[in-house]
Formats: sequence, C-alpha cells, structure tokens
Amino acid sequence: MTAPLLRVEDLRVTFEIRRAGDLPWSKPRLLHAVNGITFDLQPGETLGIVGESGCGKSTLARALIRMVPATGRVLWQGKTDLLSLSRREMLKYRADIQMVFQDPLASLNPRMTVGQIIAEPLRTHRPGLSRTEVRERVKQMMDRVGLLPNQINRYPHEFSGGQCQRIGIARALIVEPKLLICDEPVSALDVSIQAQVINLLDELQRDLGLAMIFIAHDLSVVKHISDRVMVLYLGREMEVASSHDLYSDPQHPYTQALLSAVPIPDPKAERAKRVIPLEGDLPSPMSPPSGCVFRTRCPRAGELCAAQVPLLTGQSHAVACHFPGPLTEALAQPEPA
Amino acid sequence: MALLEVRDLGVSFETPDGTVNAVNGVSFTLERGETLGIVGESGSGKSQLSFAIMGLLARNGRARGSVLFDGQEILNAPPKVINPIRANRIAMVFQDPMTSLNPYMRVSDQMAEVLTHHKGMSRAQAVREAIRMLDAVKIPDAANRVHLYPHEFSGGMRQRVMIAMALLCRPELLIADEPTTALDVTVQAQIMSLLAELQREFAMATILITHDLGVVAGFCRQVMVLYGGKVMEQSPTDPLFETPSHPYTRGLLRAIPRVDREGDQLESIPGSPPNMTREDRGCPFAPRCAHAGEDCLDHLAPLTEFAPGRLRACNRSLEEIA
Repeated sequence: MTAPLLRVEDLRVTFEIRRAGDLPWSKPRLLHAVNGITFDLQPGETLGIVGESGCGKSTLARALIRMVPATGRVLWQGKTDLLSLSRREMLKYRADIQMVFQDPLASLNPRMTVGQIIAEPLRTHRPGLSRTEVRERVKQMMDRVGLLPNQINRYPHEFSGGQCQRIGIARALIVEPKLLICDEPVSALDVSIQAQVINLLDELQRDLGLAMIFIAHDLSVVKHISDRVMVLYLGREMEVASSHDLYSDPQHPYTQALLSAVPIPDPKAERAKRVIPLEGDLPSPMSPPSGCVFRTRCPRAGELCAAQVPLLTGQSHAVACHFPGPLTEALAQPEPA
Repeated sequence: MALLEVRDLGVSFETPDGTVNAVNGVSFTLERGETLGIVGESGSGKSQLSFAIMGLLARNGRARGSVLFDGQEILNAPPKVINPIRANRIAMVFQDPMTSLNPYMRVSDQMAEVLTHHKGMSRAQAVREAIRMLDAVKIPDAANRVHLYPHEFSGGMRQRVMIAMALLCRPELLIADEPTTALDVTVQAQIMSLLAELQREFAMATILITHDLGVVAGFCRQVMVLYGGKVMEQSPTDPLFETPSHPYTRGLLRAIPRVDREGDQLESIPGSPPNMTREDRGCPFAPRCAHAGEDCLDHLAPLTEFAPGRLRACNRSLEEIA
C-alpha cells in the first residue's frame, strides 16, 4: 500500500489564555483546542470533519497548514513533517495544500480584481510564468469553476455569495494542489446555491484527483460529500468511520445524539424520528470534564467514564467510548417532556 | 373570526438604487393556535413580511394592503393602536439573541420592564413572573440566573431568554424569525421541541420564519414558500413535501442533501437569487426555472387553489411541469 498523502499524529493546539487583571508573571490558563488528533488521508479521499461550534474543527484545519502553532506530527506523503519545517521550507508545500474559507466575501480582497485574486497564488508559487500565461490560466480556471472569463476585471462586490465562493475555489485550485481544505465552504450560502457549490467541489475533486478535508457543522452536507467522517467534541475525536458506516450505524452516543438532532425535510420521517436529547450545555473548554469529555451529557456515562479517557479503538470504524453501541434503552424510553 | 388576516400585503423600500419591492401581494389567514411556516432564501422578503405586520419597518419602508389582527386593522396603525398589541398580544423572537437583548441591562430588568409596562405589575411581582417564565423555558437555577447579564448566558440559553421574554404576556400570536439559525443542531433540537411544547401549552398561533425546510417539516401545519417577495406555493405541510406543486419548491427539495438517505444526487437550481430592484412583473423565479417561457417574464398567474387547501402561483399547469 502506498503511503498516505497526509498522516497526522497526536496533533495538539494549545492556546494560552490570560484574563484581564492577571499579573504578568502568573501562569496563563491553557485551552486545549485540539487535543491529540490522529488520522490518515489517502490521495483522492475526502475526509469530513463535523462537530458543533467550539469543537476545534477550524483550529485543526488551521494547524495543518501552520496558521496556528501546533505540536505533534503532520507527515506529508510519508516523508516530510510539515510542523518541523522552517517558514521558507514550508513555502514549497503551501502550493500542494490550499484552503477555501467560510465567508466568501470576507476572504477576498475587495480592492483586487477577480483576475488578480485568482492569479495571486500563481505569482507566488510559479514565478516563472509569463503574464499572458498567467492570464490564460486564470481564464481557464474561471471557466472551470463556472465563472464567465470575461468578468476577469470585475471586483468581488459585484458578485453574489455563490459566485464569490467560486472565486475562492478557483484561487485555491489554480496552483494544482493535492489537498484542498474547505472550512465551512457552503454554510454562508442559500440552499439553492449550496447545491451548486457542493456539486462543483464534487466534480472538481473527481476530475483532478484531489484529496479533500471538508469541515462543516451541517451533517447532511458532510455525509453527501465525504468518503470518511470524523466526529469531534471538545477537541477530541469521538468517532471515525466511512460515511456509510458512521451514518447508518453510529456507535458513539454523541454521534447518535448529533444525528438524531438533524431535522429531516420530510414531515413523516421527522415525526417518526426520536431525538436523543443532550442535557445541558457544552462544558467550558477551559476546564473540560475528567475522563471522557462527553460524559457530562452522555445518557450512558458511568464511573469508568469519569476516571479514564477512552482511547480511539477500531480500524475502519474507530470509536472513543467505554460503552459504545446503539442507545436502544434511551430510545425505548419516551422523550422526557 | 381568524386571529390574523393578511390581505395583499406589499412592502417596498425607497433606496438610492431605486424602489425595492421586497414583498408583493401576500395573503394568508391564521387561525388561533395554528402554526404557519414561511420558507424562503435570503431576499425572499420573509423577514420584511413579519416586520411589516409588527410595524417595525425601516424608515424608508412602505407597507400596503391590510393586516387584520382579531378583526382590527394594524398595518401602518398609529402607535396608540399598535403599542398595546405589540409584545402583549403579538410577540416576536429574533434570529440573533445577542443583538436583540440589551447588553447593559440585567435579564431581570429587561423582562420585568415588559410586565410593568404592559400589565401594570409591580417590579417585585414582575421579577417573580419572569423567574416563572425562565423556569418554563427550562433555564436551570432561574431564580439566581435572572439577575445575570445577557453575555453570561450561552447562545442556546440566550435564545431561551428571548423566548421567555416573548411569552411573558401570554401572546396570542408568536412570530419566530429564524429562531435557531445561529445555533448548533443539538441546541436547535432543544429549542424547537421547547417551542412546540410551549405552543401547545399556551395555544398560541405561531409563524415560523426559516430557510430550513427540515425545521418546518417538524413544526408547522401550514407552509408558505416565498421567492423574490412573492408567494410561490401555500399548502398544508404533508402534501407540500410529498408532491410539491411549484418548480421552485421542487428544485429546493431536490437541492438539499439528506442525512437519512444514501447516495442521493443533488440537483442544483442554476443561476442566482433575484435582483430586487427589478420591475414588479412576472414570476421572480422565471430566470432560473426549467419550465419558464417568454410569458413568465412579464406575467405571473395569481395564486389559485388546485386542491383542498393547496394554492400555487405558476403559469404552467401541474401536468406541464410533471
């Protein structure tokens, strides 16, 4: 078997939080935004990352391309540890990993034309190209993502949200990356436009053989686009499995609760559905619960869960839970009023 | 008599770029205790529709038509008429609980204000009532937390505070404008089941404004689909999802990925949302519609009933779009 495109081992991102009024020599409090994440990504594969706000999914993406400092190992093509490279050495790999951001308009410079925006990565990473070549490639890429090449001299504000997201995708793909990281690429878009962008990403990925990390809070979108899905909660992996297995046979109580909460656009299915209620709020990431971080809201938590952190076990369907399996007993009870 | 009767409601804004017709000719009736979902994407006019009913339009906005609340005309009504109704008999829950609560006021003061103003209660009495209502929306330890400031609550809890505040005067009509859009799915599920429970308990008529068809499917008995400020389709919930009668509704349902299905193909709707400064003629969906002809650009058939309780506005017959 070939080496995975990306192997992430024990990735951790820790922020130091200083509160107002703290003395300069006092020890800052630590927030573990990403807490020991490990996964492989094969070439051409799409890994979906889901979780609620504050689970660390965006920080994880940023750590991979070193936009935030992280510890652990990020092995690129089995050889290079991206986290150990100097800034200059890292530049070589930046063209291979590109990113698409959530807010389509905010991630584009309002004072640059579409042509300049899409050409910018080329000017950085392929300085040998002539001006006409750059323009030719930009036009081809615009056509590829469904923008009219004759709009090359327009500014971002002249485009709708969906079109701006296409510009962001064109900018990411112009340097022919091997890995595309999409951080909530469709959550700011209207439903009818969302499908356009999802289909475009799907198609581009197939044609270009791209690997993709797709981060979203919308479980239905992630299911649609991903080969494998990882569920995060408070910076930790709860469950990782193929998209099919995770959605049809979720093992972790959190995954089950999350899936049961998704509204289904079908009144009959929606009425028949049993929501597994999650009690209370997300605990503060500054002081996460001991043992399993999910135990404070888990319908099945026991003493073991408070004492010991469950390890992620299993090969193709990995779960980090002391008591995995369908929550049948919780489902049998009537929903508490 | 119906609780709310909206007839031919239109909303337009005067802007430097010309007149924007945000809502055109919307009519519906809402009985007591009923639930209506208003579905639409950004720019469909769904929020302006509710602002017009509440008399909360921006200064450059104009509302036309008629809104009868319990038989009384409240559209463009003077403050003397609308103020005793607003917050008292019609209440509203907004999308963003952080910006709709006053950050400088304790929750207790904000909530008590509603009751001292509308019901003439004493402050102590009003705070007691506020605590009871926070209990009803399941905020733990309400007696102590009522004295906190809004920023001391999480997003989901803040939305509960908003709902509690809206329910203080036991309104007959609740308008919830995207009440769960800013929330995570598990919190959304909590809030929607809470709303459904309170709606039944207080027998309030409820208008739920949302872009999420899944939320509508679970909550509403009736659905109205808006596009470009016009009603495309209006129907009881079940048949709308089973046999959508308008090309836009069909497109929308085919464009959403579903968590309970495997390997579904997403059919996207081509094109972009409508430009609202255009002339108010024809079908707003025509430029994106696969069935549209020349006639659709300058004329749209009126909303007509084609089955019991089901209305559609489309120049093409059901057979033609099948």
